[in-house]
Amino acid sequence: MAGTITALHAGRSDPRRHPANPATREAPWVRRTLLALGLSFFGLFLILPLLAVFTEALGKGLEVYFAALLEADAISAVALTLTAAVIAVPVNLVFGVSAAWAIAKHDFRGKQLLITLIDLPFSVSPVVAGLIYVLLFGAQGWFGPWLQAHDVRIVFAVPGIVLATVFVTFPFVARELIPLMQAQGRDEEEAATVLGASGWQTFWRVTLPNVRWGLLYGVILCNARAMGEFGAVSVVSGHIRGLTNTLPLHVEILYNEYQFAAAFAVASLLALLALVTLVLKQFVEWRAARSVKEVQ
Amino acid sequence: MSLALPRAALPAVTAPAPAWRKRRRVLPGFGPTMGFTLFYLSLIVLIPLAAVFIKSAGNGAEAFWLAATAPRVVASYRLSFGAALLAASINLVFGLILAWSLVRYEFLGRKLVDALIDLPFALPTAVAGIVLTALYAPNGWIGQRLVAYDIRIAFTPWGILIALIFIGLPFIVRTVQPVLEDLETEVEEAAASLGAHRWQTFRLVVLPTLAPALLTGFALAFARAVGEYGSVIFIAGNLPMVSEITPLMIISKLEQYDYVGATAIATVMLVFSFVLLLAINGLQAWASRRNGQEGRR
Repeated sequence: MAGTITALHAGRSDPRRHPANPATREAPWVRRTLLALGLSFFGLFLILPLLAVFTEALGKGLEVYFAALLEADAISAVALTLTAAVIAVPVNLVFGVSAAWAIAKHDFRGKQLLITLIDLPFSVSPVVAGLIYVLLFGAQGWFGPWLQAHDVRIVFAVPGIVLATVFVTFPFVARELIPLMQAQGRDEEEAATVLGASGWQTFWRVTLPNVRWGLLYGVILCNARAMGEFGAVSVVSGHIRGLTNTLPLHVEILYNEYQFAAAFAVASLLALLALVTLVLKQFVEWRAARSVKEVQ
Repeated sequence: MSLALPRAALPAVTAPAPAWRKRRRVLPGFGPTMGFTLFYLSLIVLIPLAAVFIKSAGNGAEAFWLAATAPRVVASYRLSFGAALLAASINLVFGLILAWSLVRYEFLGRKLVDALIDLPFALPTAVAGIVLTALYAPNGWIGQRLVAYDIRIAFTPWGILIALIFIGLPFIVRTVQPVLEDLETEVEEAAASLGAHRWQTFRLVVLPTLAPALLTGFALAFARAVGEYGSVIFIAGNLPMVSEITPLMIISKLEQYDYVGATAIATVMLVFSFVLLLAINGLQAWASRRNGQEGRR
């Protein structure tokens, strides 16, 4: 499955598991060189940009910083970003749970193909993801004339932005739940059913408590992508300030107008979101590892 | 947990099942969940993606060929694929070093590094784009130090490489790390006791075990880099024939209302993604066979 890296993995790296056996250790100078190389690369490519977002944002002082965040266009961009996420995340959550139930708890032919198809949005360029909705709903698109006749706007309006967001965040919850529910098997659910529980009862009382951390993990990643998506949303947005501008698009507009301090102020908001996402992710991994230990 | 009840007792609870359901479908809800899954998948993903191919076919072979092989577009393929390959290769080396350090070495701040590796997944691409540009621009922190040596990164193809390295790094680390964690050191001990040098052990014992994971990570980073847009456009400079990436070509065709051109280029990109997706699936099947276990989540 493409994009495996997003999967919740509870068995954490722990160097202490490797005893100090000289046969399986590198010479000290090798170890030091590797660490220095790896950490310099990490510092140069990840830490430096992260720090730079905040120093650039605060470089012109707090006044400029808060003025950029409290400006009317910025606030409407926040509102639109939240709207898109509030729609996209629950829809894809329901889809993810439903797909995982069908795939992990039942046998049917073509299962692997279905899993691959669910992964498709991860391997499509965000720009192509935006383009497909322009081809369907744009003025020249399949449904364009009909939509125009009925005065419905999808592309260059909020529905297009929501659709593009739903597309790029489509696989997150499903791909988290499918392998998890497959690994847990069906015995517990089958026992519940045999004892007379209805499908809903089985799901709410047996399946859901077992997968709650995986589910939360998927939702966190889905939300981060929904709020941060740029390419796909940029194609369908039309960049109308105050109307079809999400936070990432607002960053772009400010940047292209050479309002660097303001652009970085808004960007720092998104960087904070990224940091919160990483902290939550860490917390869920910790809890998941703990519940695995409890079972053992 | 064992199910003590005999399976024969199950059908008695429900009405007689139709012939095709006889294969012990115990749990309810297959019909509605599968129906909704297929409906939603078709509505959001399959039908819209099919629209690209159908539109493309409707425009005719000649229009497709003309748009997909225009010199400016071909230059963008060369740049996008070349930079993506180079970035994935650099990440392959440093990603392996980082994964190895995280799993094998104890050092100050290891947990923090482990958590922050995922930053490129969590940080919106537009933010990455503007901050990398600010760092590598001729007046930026890094850029101004390089200007003295007459090296320019931002607004050249090298800037694109920097952005693609940033977004690709976690793919390699996160695919290699779990395999390294599962690796039993006994094999390395055996190699050492048979007289292998540490480097020989790594090259002949450890590296072959990691190969499928490394290749998968490489393919994932490569696929992501080819389609990447947000983090690249700010730092690229976007000069025709020099620093225009393929996704940008689609955008610029759209801005000129050239839907035929945009669709043709999108078709090329989609075919490429499908091929790569198949390759990645194959690689992962190979990886789980190689490790003699069910593919890790």
